[in-house]
Amino acid sequence: MKPGRIPRATLILVLLFFYGPILILAVSSFNASRFGGSWDGFSLRWYRQLFHDRAVWDALRNTLIVALVSTTAAMGLGTTAAFALHRYRSRLQLWHYGLVYAPLVIPDILMGMSLLLFFVSLRLPLGLLSITLAHITFCISYVAMVVLARLQDFDFSLIEAALDLGASRWTAIRHVLLPLLAPGVLAGGLLAFTLSVDDFVITFFVAGPGSTTLPIYIYSMIKHGSPPMINALSVILLALTFIVVMLSQHLTEKRT
Amino acid sequence: MDDFLVFEGLSKSFGAVQAVAQVSLTVRQGEIFSLLGPSGCGKTTLLRMVAGFETPDTGRILLGGEDITDLPPNRRKVNTIFQNYALFPHLSVRENIAFGRRVARQPRAEIERDVDRMLELIQMEAYADRRPDEISGGQKQRVAVARALINKPRVLLLDEPLAALDLKLRQHMLMELDLIHDEVGITFLYVTHDQGEAMSLSDRIAVMNHGRIEQTGAPAEIYEAPRSSFVAAFIGDTNFFDGVASAQSGADYLRLTIEGFPPVLCYNDKGISVGAPVNLSVRPEKFSLSREEPAADPLRNVVRGQVEDVIYMGAQTKYWVRVEAYRLAVTLQHRRFALDEKPITWNEAVWVSWHADDGFMLERYSEADEELMNTPPEEVGEEWAPEESEGDAAGSPAP
Repeated sequence: MKPGRIPRATLILVLLFFYGPILILAVSSFNASRFGGSWDGFSLRWYRQLFHDRAVWDALRNTLIVALVSTTAAMGLGTTAAFALHRYRSRLQLWHYGLVYAPLVIPDILMGMSLLLFFVSLRLPLGLLSITLAHITFCISYVAMVVLARLQDFDFSLIEAALDLGASRWTAIRHVLLPLLAPGVLAGGLLAFTLSVDDFVITFFVAGPGSTTLPIYIYSMIKHGSPPMINALSVILLALTFIVVMLSQHLTEKRT
Repeated sequence: MDDFLVFEGLSKSFGAVQAVAQVSLTVRQGEIFSLLGPSGCGKTTLLRMVAGFETPDTGRILLGGEDITDLPPNRRKVNTIFQNYALFPHLSVRENIAFGRRVARQPRAEIERDVDRMLELIQMEAYADRRPDEISGGQKQRVAVARALINKPRVLLLDEPLAALDLKLRQHMLMELDLIHDEVGITFLYVTHDQGEAMSLSDRIAVMNHGRIEQTGAPAEIYEAPRSSFVAAFIGDTNFFDGVASAQSGADYLRLTIEGFPPVLCYNDKGISVGAPVNLSVRPEKFSLSREEPAADPLRNVVRGQVEDVIYMGAQTKYWVRVEAYRLAVTLQHRRFALDEKPITWNEAVWVSWHADDGFMLERYSEADEELMNTPPEEVGEEWAPEESEGDAAGSPAP
């Protein structure tokens, strides 16, 4: 085999395994057939059915509530964590950094288990509250890391300039620091939002009755539902995630 | 009002490094006062103390008689031009200039009027709605000046304001700063490591080294009568001689013994007494060079030497002349049409002479300072320099 063929073969295989399944999913969501085997013609039937399924709407509502609340909370807490990490230097900060970084690398299943045990020992009822708390926990880390990267590039002489021109500390933060940092915070928030929307493992552990989120609903549909509807739902979820990620990319790239 | 901005015994350490040591100074109202020194000499720390970004460990700062040592930056009537200008990237030129007045909550119409006047002063009317990243370096600098001046500060602090510009632009901005100073009449405190900038712009200069003030005076005083070898070598070129004061000569002059030289006469304005070791310094342009022995003059010192190197520079020629253990730097200014003359050249035996008033005796001498003349100013002090502008907000993150 010529050396030039190996990279090409790799590329084709990667594309096939990455995007093939997604493509199949998207195509089958428009397939009129109940079973994936044959093409019975183009149809929006499954989307229509999905639209009339109350449980889907409930799951979507739950997902959005959890995602919005946890993203908002994580944006606040993560930003302050990033500030603390950037601003103060001591031996303890290494531990702080480790703590903030850990949720990015700890296996989800371990996070889920430990959070479940924690909530149970606190006698916290499992439901939307416990899910939201769990999501905040891992979202903080993502926001903190994104904002910290932004802070490392931040020219703090701008703050000094604002103070020098008569601004109070608070005015300097509000009119100089926050506007310049906002794209970073927002990018971190969008990342957290997408992670919260499609988190399954952790949510699965800490969810309770009546707090089904979309990923969990999809899972239960696989067990005893209609596969074509899952396809449709997955495509919608994919599109949403894609849009949010694009938005977040755009914000991160736009250097000020 | 002569004692306008007064430093009283200011000291500041960062960890083990003493950045500023017992500095006392007086800046007069309306003058351009420069703090000149190599990087790490403490000049920026001193400036930041006036701005309010550093608190001195000891000492006081008085502005117009009022103690401002502990006032926060936003309550001092001083404004700063930062080295990188620190223009707000998310605001337009107009909004940048208006910033100080906006946060002071002044009437909008009044702000607009003053911003327009400032834009006119810096000739940037056409660029009012541009963002800082859409204008050139020189324009940024002008905006920074306008943004500071619109607040009518009592002192304008300039932290190496020209360092980020290229040479040609630097000279242009230097003139512009001078014009602006004439126009507004505000006291300028100017920090620089560039002796040329300091000499051409300042009314007075304080030369700093290792956190201390070496000498304060008008540019000509600093150049013509440096007190220490550091000042002599940091500002311009010079020649150093070691000797001993061997005899008094008349009321005002000392006769010095320098190895390999006939007795050297020098004006004694330092009250040095006979028998004391002396460090004599003579600037290269103060020497005369000739093939024939110059006419006898009791106040001229004359030695024989041999030309070792010649560099023709158009307006001047630089010579290096060997006289015993010394290699003298001599600069000759060409005042006549040089092609008609047969210039002194390599390997010729020459007479070197200088007037007794043209040498100066140093109060402090360090051999290390002789190296300064071979080092570009921005590199002087680097091996020693602490992180001078180590503000508590700036710096690298923890991990």
